[in-house]
Amino acid sequence: MTSVRIPPVLREHVDGQKEVGAMGETVGELIRDLVARHPGLGEQLLTPDGGLHRFVNVYVNGQDVRYLQEFETPVTERDAVIILPAMAGGA
Amino acid sequence: MRSSPVREVTPAQATEMIAQGATLLDTREQHEWRAGHLEGATLVPPVEVLNRAADVAPDPSQPVVIYCAGGTRSLRAAFQMASLGYRDVVSVAGGIVRWKAEGRPVEIPSDTPAVATNPRYARHLVMPEVGPDGQARLQQAKVLFIGAGGLGSPALLYLAAAGVGTLGIVDFDVVDLSNLQRQVVHADDRVGMKKTESAARTIKALNPEVKVIQHEEMLTDENVDRLIAGYDVVIDGTDTFETRYTLNDAAVRAAIPVVHASVFRFEGQLSVFVPFEGPCYRCLYPTSPPPELAPGCSVAGVLGVVPGVMGLLQATEAIKVILRIGDPLIGRLLIWDALDGNFSEVKLRRDPNCPACGQTAVLEPTLAAAG
Repeated sequence: MTSVRIPPVLREHVDGQKEVGAMGETVGELIRDLVARHPGLGEQLLTPDGGLHRFVNVYVNGQDVRYLQEFETPVTERDAVIILPAMAGGA
Repeated sequence: MRSSPVREVTPAQATEMIAQGATLLDTREQHEWRAGHLEGATLVPPVEVLNRAADVAPDPSQPVVIYCAGGTRSLRAAFQMASLGYRDVVSVAGGIVRWKAEGRPVEIPSDTPAVATNPRYARHLVMPEVGPDGQARLQQAKVLFIGAGGLGSPALLYLAAAGVGTLGIVDFDVVDLSNLQRQVVHADDRVGMKKTESAARTIKALNPEVKVIQHEEMLTDENVDRLIAGYDVVIDGTDTFETRYTLNDAAVRAAIPVVHASVFRFEGQLSVFVPFEGPCYRCLYPTSPPPELAPGCSVAGVLGVVPGVMGLLQATEAIKVILRIGDPLIGRLLIWDALDGNFSEVKLRRDPNCPACGQTAVLEPTLAAAG
């Protein structure tokens, strides 16, 4: 189980939790398992064809997976995974 | 015969010794010297005392008066000179701070900026990273705020206090009672007043030396290039994606750094976008989420202190960019979780295919419409 940090804007879809566990050996598997466990995240994270929305970034150990191997980036239980969608609030 | 060649003296006693021909040494750093020194003194920074003593005071039998800012470095220097054989070395107790407090005159080097003698900035002027030249740079700087709201409020207050010479404010809104839970540049008796005017009044009360330029406009693709022109740094305190992309694309075109922050409930994000040196906002998020997936603060709420903290971090980064000190958050996104009390950081990269700053980017104002 890899721990995934959920940003505040998405926590309503995971019962308010800050971190949730998901299974997978790659980022893609991990995200798909995460969505299977918390279906409310599906629309938030994934495009209709299963890719990551361009307004959502996923970081493994502080590195953007777009500059690693995207959904093929390997992950283990020891990796820190962060999901970070764009947020605009400034007021 | 005195038991020790080293003594501490008052400014009055030092004045008498100087009048009788004692050698006068200032053992501080160059930036402190430039903010004012005693007439007739020679600057010998602490690390140079042992090497330069013979040059500046050739006769060890003659008395030497040494001062620094508060009297600590000069006492150490006095002992160093005694170890070299000087027979009468005195340190001015309380240093030049006490000297000035007693109303005694100091001399300002002719090339020192005028701001260096302004007591308002005394805590800046003694720091080597700011000093007279850095303070002058702050005074010459022009910072534009997009929004005088939750993020802009604290940043405006502190950049005004810091002596940033020109603060521009783009805001078309009026002060609402619901703003005052976090927008501390405004005030209860200004509900209904234009935010630019309200902010300008507060800034004037805090630091009348700061020039405030009020832009009572909504930032749009049509006016953005005109609004940001001539500014050195932009503080992005807006609360819509449209405005953030409009600003980003124009700032890339004009090569003006943007200090970016956003907040949501108990969390804040911050980064510094320096065009072509690091990533821009579009490198981070090429497109914005649809409105239903990204509720703003008015819908979701925000703890009032969260934009306060993030706005002050923006002010800090702006000062670092202006003074060219430290490591601004270029290519790094800082994430603060107020409930956890935790700061974390992720690495941002320039996207070679970025539609705003990438190799094939078309720097046209029409880009924002596609945001």
